[in-house]
Amino acid sequence: MNKTWNNKAWFMVLPVLLLVAFNAVIPLMTVVNYSVQETFGNNLFFFEGVKWFREVLHSDRFHDSLLRQLFFTGTILAIEIPLGVIIALAMPRQGIWVPVCLVLMALPLLVPWNVVGAMWNIFALPDIGLMGYSINALGIDFNFTRQPVSAWFTVIIMDVWHWTSLVVLLAYAGLRSIPDAYYQAARIDSASAWAVFRYIQLPKMKRVLTIAVLLRFMDSFMIYTEPFVLTGGGPGNTTTILSIDLVKAALGEFNLGIAAAMSIIYFLMTLLVCWVFYSAMMRGEDE
Amino acid sequence: MARIEFDRIRHAYMANPQTEADYALKELSMTWEDGGAYALLGPSGCGKTTLLNIISGLLHPSGGAIRFDGADVTNLSTQARNIAQVFQFPVIYDTMTVRENLAFPLKNRGVPRDEISRRVADTLRIIDLEDKADRRARRLTADEKQKISLGRGLVRSDVNAILFDEPLTVIDPHMKWQLRSKLKELHQRFAFTMIYVTHDQTEALTFADKVVVMYEGEVVQTGTPAELFQKPKHTFVGYFIGSPGMNVLPCEVSGKTATVGGNKVKLPVGAPKDAKTLEVGIRPEFITLTGGKTGIPVKVSRVEDIGRFRIVHADLAGKEIAATLPEGSEVPASPRAVFDPANVNLYADSWLVEAKG
Amino acid sequence: MLELRNVSKIVGSETHIGDVSLKLESGTLNVLLGPTLSGKTTLMRLMAGLEQPTGGSVHVDGQDVTGWPVQKRNVAMVYQQFINYPTLSVYENIASPLRVAGVAQSEIDARVKQAADLMQLGPYMDRTPLQLSGGQQQRTALARAMVKGANLVLLDEPLANLDYKLREELRAELPRIFAESGAIFVYATTEPSEALLLGGNTATLHQGRITQFGPTIDVYRDPADLTTARTFSDPPLNTIPARKAGKDLLIGASQRKAKLPAGASSLADGDYTVAFHPHHLVLKSPGAGALKFTGEAAVTEITGSESFIHVDVDGARWVSLVHGVHTIDVGARVDVFVDPRRFMLFAADGQLARSAQRIAA
Repeated sequence: MNKTWNNKAWFMVLPVLLLVAFNAVIPLMTVVNYSVQETFGNNLFFFEGVKWFREVLHSDRFHDSLLRQLFFTGTILAIEIPLGVIIALAMPRQGIWVPVCLVLMALPLLVPWNVVGAMWNIFALPDIGLMGYSINALGIDFNFTRQPVSAWFTVIIMDVWHWTSLVVLLAYAGLRSIPDAYYQAARIDSASAWAVFRYIQLPKMKRVLTIAVLLRFMDSFMIYTEPFVLTGGGPGNTTTILSIDLVKAALGEFNLGIAAAMSIIYFLMTLLVCWVFYSAMMRGEDE
Repeated sequence: MARIEFDRIRHAYMANPQTEADYALKELSMTWEDGGAYALLGPSGCGKTTLLNIISGLLHPSGGAIRFDGADVTNLSTQARNIAQVFQFPVIYDTMTVRENLAFPLKNRGVPRDEISRRVADTLRIIDLEDKADRRARRLTADEKQKISLGRGLVRSDVNAILFDEPLTVIDPHMKWQLRSKLKELHQRFAFTMIYVTHDQTEALTFADKVVVMYEGEVVQTGTPAELFQKPKHTFVGYFIGSPGMNVLPCEVSGKTATVGGNKVKLPVGAPKDAKTLEVGIRPEFITLTGGKTGIPVKVSRVEDIGRFRIVHADLAGKEIAATLPEGSEVPASPRAVFDPANVNLYADSWLVEAKG
Repeated sequence: MLELRNVSKIVGSETHIGDVSLKLESGTLNVLLGPTLSGKTTLMRLMAGLEQPTGGSVHVDGQDVTGWPVQKRNVAMVYQQFINYPTLSVYENIASPLRVAGVAQSEIDARVKQAADLMQLGPYMDRTPLQLSGGQQQRTALARAMVKGANLVLLDEPLANLDYKLREELRAELPRIFAESGAIFVYATTEPSEALLLGGNTATLHQGRITQFGPTIDVYRDPADLTTARTFSDPPLNTIPARKAGKDLLIGASQRKAKLPAGASSLADGDYTVAFHPHHLVLKSPGAGALKFTGEAAVTEITGSESFIHVDVDGARWVSLVHGVHTIDVGARVDVFVDPRRFMLFAADGQLARSAQRIAA
């Protein structure tokens, strides 16, 4: 066979490879490096094998923050995905209100993380914040700096406010791609609104919703700034989720080995969950 | 199945139609007989899909009433009208199997389970998909998906009419033949009222007993395929049906003889007195090219051999005409065109002049 | 001249194009005929340089251009979808390839006007594509392809999304335009009738391979194998299994005995497939020597001038295409005739063993 090879195209990929190397691979290798060594400063390192991993996996502190993380992730997914879908369904499909709705929906996504944290901090303050004050005025004792329940409530509401829009936009794009004939056929088949949702809209949104769940899942593991600005992980450790715990270990306590081992464990967990979820969703999609 | 009546139906998409031209469908009264196979034929934008959507109830007409077996259904929803429809692009429920797809309209209507399974089994047999009943519908080919869309209509025993909106658009030519003859067979076996919308004359003519030709929001002619072919009521019908379409030649008429570019042509009728324009219409199939002495001399410009026959394009007194030539015969030297006198039509102001009595 | 030498395109474990060799001369119209997914679009993309072959090479005027990007090849392409720049006027749409090439304004004017006149777009020059009908939109895309002065113009089912009658009109104009430009035209279609109306040469495609290439009418009349014959028949080809034994041809499950048609006596005894076109199956005997078959009528379709009678004969479903209006009830016994001189015989491996004779109808 006289196969023709043209290898010039590889040069095109080179810049991206370098970028990824600097961005991801080198820091990751540093972390891997730290995770298997002990240091006492002065750039002196000793090989420790899997000691840090064993320590992390057996520590109550890690278990607690992992549980808090899972609670946080589970709760926001359980709220944001259905809420996003409901809002997308309620949005107009054509007319002058479409761009208005889209801009309104995109607004929260444009606010920087630390601003969101600061905003909600002030908003939820029990004495001067609009939300905090109003809730107290209703006779409910609310103080997110002191009470775990109030703190959790505020953290979750904040995340929902910030990120539901993303789900809405993705779901809306999925809905818009459904041809009118499907809705007409459903009317002819006497399908109920629920059946239309279950057998037409949901299947057509499946791909975008899969992406939405993955994005929100990964983001929720990475989220740091907003809860840190809002509660700083408190009161006590009640809202200390993984990322906050990690920063505490690395920068607060300078336990580089522990922190590095924790990061790698998170990374692997996120990767594993995403992979399992994605393959489960995409199974039987294409052949 | 039902008889469907249009009583002065008309429709405009704009809010306040002022002139006749604002109407996508101009005022129309007609009856679709129970058990008839109808085709709605016309170019895009002629109003045929509007008309179909008015029957199915997806569109509420701006004026007039629509009746099923005498009962006014103008204000009834699509569900309440019991209509089945097959769309241009196959509509199937992706996540369901073929069997579940067919059961869906029955389940929605609360039909008992054993009756559902019986009727679904019957329908699967009719549309030849028994061996694929438990396959996911999305895995099937385009023509099988169209059969499922059709099956969802057939499975309901109470359907008033089955509507088709250009159902063969995405089907390959060979499968078109199979699917088309399947439809025809179903109609002959079960006598459903079927209305089939298309811009493709072959599909329309082969499918329907009665073809309704539409042009710019109006019905120009309703007739059997043979009527439309032999006696097109309007030059548009002559042009639109037949491939190539009818030759239309300006002429002058005295008595029952037309003069086309200085040559005499016998006519079946005389011309009405007040006509502004007069034209002779003759189909390519009814023109014979001979090398003899009779006929009108023509100059051949192009010959297309399409296997079964040849299409000869020629110049007749400054006007291009088409004629067909049977397989295997040659274009004669210095050819003359002979018109079959039984199939010459006269058009006054584009409308057919019909013999009285 | 465009030449493909043993070109193949293999993606993963799937062969999209398998070992295609093809020579297309300048100034010719070449039809790629095949069903959906037979590889027409992939083959065009390989010709254009939008995709690179996994094997073989592409030559233009003797020069190896394999691996050259599409920008360097001077090709134009028109798709089934009407692809125009939505915000530009018809004029600017047509002018766009000339603007890219940096042609002087006065020449742009002249060439755009010429292409627009050819495509009857003169009155619509200032409109944007969305203000045009589908036919006019596709004319704009065709005019843009024309004006570019490309050596190779690829048309991928350009009329498929148009109304039947518009299709007919545009199809009649295209060969004329082709003849004037001197470029190589490649036209993909699924419809045999379209290939016949366009004329020129036809390459029939089946599962990524070219089964035959030659003048359109010759490929239609003398298909090299059964696959080509089936691809190139609309209505579907009539076939029935047969066996040659000495001087006899035993047709169908019932072993109906017939005299061997001329030119078949030298063939080896064994199994063959008899095939003939639907318009050669008629209701009245076409003369001495015609074979009579009695079958059961299935569906009858009437076009006004012709009737398609589907009839089940000896286990085979045939179509008879005859002039005039014939209504036959479903299930009725019907006699159909075919002149055995019209028979094509295909050997067990599908290759043509005997072609049909050319006789006047």
